[in-house]
Amino acid sequence: MDTDASALHLVLTGDPGLYAIVLLSLVVSLTALAFAALIGIPLGAALALVRFPGREVVIVVLNALMGLPPVVIGLAVFLLLSRSGPLGSWGLLFTPQAMIIAQTIMVAPIIAALTRQTIEDLWAEYRDELTAMNVGPTLRIATLIWDARFSLVTALLAGFGRAAAEVGAIIIVGGNIDGFTRTMTTAIALETSKGDLSLAIGLGMVLLAIIVVINAFAWGARRLGEHFAG
Amino acid sequence: MRAPSSDVPVEFEDVSVLVGPLALLDGITMRIAPGAPTVLIGPNGAGKTTLLRVAMGLIAPSRGRVTWAGRGNAPPGRRAIVFQRPAMLRRSAAANIRYALAAAAAPRATRSERIADLLALVGLSGLERRPARRLSGGEQQRLALARALARDPDLLLLDEPTASLDPAATKAIEDIVHSVAARGVKVVMSTHDLGQARRMGGDVALLHRGRLIEHAPVTEFFAMPKTEEAKRFIAGELLV
Repeated sequence: MDTDASALHLVLTGDPGLYAIVLLSLVVSLTALAFAALIGIPLGAALALVRFPGREVVIVVLNALMGLPPVVIGLAVFLLLSRSGPLGSWGLLFTPQAMIIAQTIMVAPIIAALTRQTIEDLWAEYRDELTAMNVGPTLRIATLIWDARFSLVTALLAGFGRAAAEVGAIIIVGGNIDGFTRTMTTAIALETSKGDLSLAIGLGMVLLAIIVVINAFAWGARRLGEHFAG
Repeated sequence: MRAPSSDVPVEFEDVSVLVGPLALLDGITMRIAPGAPTVLIGPNGAGKTTLLRVAMGLIAPSRGRVTWAGRGNAPPGRRAIVFQRPAMLRRSAAANIRYALAAAAAPRATRSERIADLLALVGLSGLERRPARRLSGGEQQRLALARALARDPDLLLLDEPTASLDPAATKAIEDIVHSVAARGVKVVMSTHDLGQARRMGGDVALLHRGRLIEHAPVTEFFAMPKTEEAKRFIAGELLV
């Protein structure tokens, strides 16, 4: 009971340590989500519309990548960015940037795979109309992405959920350094192992609240969009 | 911006469309000439939709040749089609038309005026901002017609435009088609409704199992059908 009360106290009094962790978590996950969307949405749309040899294989690989274990991604990025790795000279290991790279790699396949399915379904509906209107490939992709925008919110939410909830990759490439690369999930893992349950529970409450609020916001935006755009 | 040349007449020369062993169209030779609407009739699976898609250039013939005003492989500059179940883009009624105008490279400065004119023509003024997918079936059909007309076609292909519409909505569509045809646009439409064929048609083409059974001016077709299939179809018998 004492632990719960002090956790709530930390949250309600705006404990600076706690909110620094929350802020870093949001910056890392939302930045990774933005990069993953920039990669995943056009890639998914192109896969939905362009036929080429080996396309089926690419789709299977992409779907498989959705289930890639975060620790494996963490390990791969660690090897890339470590001093002796091919990108070691960038000096990014144990920085928030390394965490963003790892989460981008983790989330992009999710967004690409869900986008491909969404765009493919919409293309089946629009194909005849856009072909009859003589719409070129670039405008075709732009039209489908724009018209699928409310469905794509679901893909973005799935990506954000995966990024925000993830520990394995960012603890490997970020190092969980206090005040620099410590996020909500890595802090919860650490504080729980140390026995400081107040901070762990407080962070858990904030993480849950953020995920609920973002989902509610996205749901509302989607309903509003559907109402006004059909 | 109007394309420089017309797509009419459309000539079918021994056109077949084959899917495996199945002939969706089987050796069609016909001329779709400028003038009053051409109405395609026939039972389900007769090949009406396939013929319209070939005329639009959406399906290439497996055999034979199609020409538009003497040109083969003509891009769909001056033709437009309204499908039996048109897909509404997920945007407002006005934005659906704006999209078609942009795709047809209509001058930007005239687009708002054209949208208002087209919505008025199809009786949808006041519904500009309504999401297209929230319109009723009849309204969606009229919006699809406006979207097709945004291409400023001289050949307008309509695939059963009044299927599943009530009489009032059917009349609204027929009135629009009459007014469009009166402006010199060549209309080719398919229908199951013989009454509609009489009301709309300049000439009637009866299709059955992918073959053109008879093609004649509307009065002649109904008064003096030449083929047994046409006589039976007009008499309301089932062609199977």
